Amino acid sequence: MRPPLERGMPATPKPANLPDPRLARRSFLGFGAALTGSLALGATPSSAQPQPASPPADAPWSQTLGPGVVDRPYGRPADTESGVIRRNVPWLTAGTESSISFSPLQDLHGIITPNGLFFERYHAGRPDVDPDQHRLMIHGLVERPLLLTMKDIVRFPSVSRIHFIECPANGGMEWRAAQLNSLQFNHGMISCAEWTGVRLSTLLEEVGVKKEAAWAMVEGADGAHMNRSLPLNKCLDDCLVVYAQNGEALRPEQGYPLRLVVPGWEGNVSIKWLRRIKLGEKPWYSREETSKYTDLMPDGTSRGFTWLIDAKSVITFPCPEKPLAGPGLYEIRGLAWTGNGKVRRVDVSMDGGVNWQSARLHEPVLSKALTKFTLPWRWDGTPALLESRVIDETGHVQPTITQLRKQRGSNSVYHNNSIQTWQVKPDGSVFDVQTG
Amino acid sequence: MFRQASRPLLLGAALTAALKAALVAIATAAGAAEPGHYGYGRPATPAEIAGWNIDVRGDDGAGLPPGSGSVAKGTEVFAEQCAACHGTFGEGEGRFPKLAGGAGSLKDDRPELTVGSYWPFAPTLWDYINRAMPMQAPRSLSADDVYALTAYILNLNDIVPGEFVADRDSLPKVRMPNRDSFTWTDPRPDTMAKPCMSACANPADVRISSTAEGRDLTPRTTGPLDTMQPK
Ligand code: HEC
Repeated sequence: MRPPLERGMPATPKPANLPDPRLARRSFLGFGAALTGSLALGATPSSAQPQPASPPADAPWSQTLGPGVVDRPYGRPADTESGVIRRNVPWLTAGTESSISFSPLQDLHGIITPNGLFFERYHAGRPDVDPDQHRLMIHGLVERPLLLTMKDIVRFPSVSRIHFIECPANGGMEWRAAQLNSLQFNHGMISCAEWTGVRLSTLLEEVGVKKEAAWAMVEGADGAHMNRSLPLNKCLDDCLVVYAQNGEALRPEQGYPLRLVVPGWEGNVSIKWLRRIKLGEKPWYSREETSKYTDLMPDGTSRGFTWLIDAKSVITFPCPEKPLAGPGLYEIRGLAWTGNGKVRRVDVSMDGGVNWQSARLHEPVLSKALTKFTLPWRWDGTPALLESRVIDETGHVQPTITQLRKQRGSNSVYHNNSIQTWQVKPDGSVFDVQTG
Repeated sequence: MFRQASRPLLLGAALTAALKAALVAIATAAGAAEPGHYGYGRPATPAEIAGWNIDVRGDDGAGLPPGSGSVAKGTEVFAEQCAACHGTFGEGEGRFPKLAGGAGSLKDDRPELTVGSYWPFAPTLWDYINRAMPMQAPRSLSADDVYALTAYILNLNDIVPGEFVADRDSLPKVRMPNRDSFTWTDPRPDTMAKPCMSACANPADVRISSTAEGRDLTPRTTGPLDTMQPK
């Protein structure tokens, strides 16, 4: 384990273009002329005026010496990107401790979610876990109950896998009607990362699974002691116990120092701050798999243990946050995913689902990971209804909200994988709508 | 280290049978002393397991500890520990969850999902209070108090009478009204749409049925976080 780094240290506030003693020293080294130029620029009265257009002029940052290495020992985005942040919907929950925040998909590119922008879901806030004191206990129907430190866990053979995690309530606010005019708030409870850790099957082989065992109870070290039941088959198939995310230690928001990743299944089962795995003969029917994370059907019955994330896709450009600037050639961009495995095809419609064209899928197309698609589009400035529809390798086709509502009604909260419709108006603005 | 090198997977074909036998012997000897293939970590002791072994199974109450609590005791503890968020009678303050009511509402247009109307198993209630509540101080309640609170919340929902005492025998016998309404195998996919490519609908039938435009529900997605308070 590497020691925690100092993160997010604000740079010392320093007015732009003022002489910096460090720079003055450097001028000895022969940068004098350049420095005089840049410092002079800051000192002239003309700095109060708008800067000359660049080009033809050299921009101010082309005429200065920038800060050196380790100016920011832990890097951060450009200041001008400060609006690219996770956001929450204040009216949704009583407080922020049991709540959700959404990834800003409108500003993300590619299939990997940066660690600071990965969506959050807490049930008892974000615990501050000491990795030296954290333990993973594996017990129940096993031959050798085991207690592991983080150092122990890191010694096991490691694997790295790219997988999405999606909260099954992603899009849950749109079951009845279009409500939120936003890509971020309607789809931002999905993120994707490269996870590194040990296969759960390796740990279970190490403790020796008794033959009566058929289920695992996985539990977190947060105040909610969040717990879920998982069939042993899934645990042995592809579950990972991970300590790293996109190459660095997990973020506290994502379960530091240890979390479970259950590929392709609803995010809630990927227990964060993982502290205990207990094997048993039957499921536990915990509150999170009875009161919550069950789907209420129109006839009053409910479905439990609906873990799978269905095939789903969304156009991320254009979207309400990123309207069109006027007629012309654009690249429609989007993301597709499925808990069944790989994305096979994505189709895009500009007329609300009457006609479709297949989009280009971008490599890598990985199992249970986000897949990027694009399609060039010449927009003539007339109204359009943009939709994307994914077909996964099992042949599952993403449904419309009308088709889904016919089966599920409007009260099942979870697992809304329906097609998103973006209405493009002649002025290029984009709105969240439903058709039918 | 040596044990790891002896993994059958890593044995090269060139390894002699004698060396193989020696390695297997070492691995077996080490295995007896220190179980498990890798041998990392150490056995969890019974005391350590007992401390963390808090789970209670919903359908049969397996794992419920000794202790008991009455509805009357639960009324007191609830007023002190829970009412600030959940309301004196479980009606829910502000956006905090309601713990009672909603009986028979599950088919309604706006169903109300509570312990009484929705939860299938009573021991799950003991388990959840014990592991997660009160929200600001989880794991601070005694087993007796958790039994009492469970009895009180069940009574608020008219599921048990006022003289009910909850313990490890009585709780699993409580029959929750919604118990038989759950299915536990996933029947999806719900739709088997065929991926039609052209003229899939009559363009005249494609109408916008709802729009988020103009509904004042969306926080800002630029600038600082939006509290959605009147600005
Ligand atoms: C600080 C506010 C607060 C206090 C105090 C509090 N709760 Fe809660 N309670 C919550 C919140 C918030 C949730 C929802 C948590 C979630 O879904 O992650 C909740 C959920 C619950 C639920 C589950 C409801 C459902 O239908 O799923 C029960 C039962 C419950 N609380 C019981 C209690 C009891 C008993 C106490 C007192 C010992 C208590 N709570 C104290 C805030 C509180």
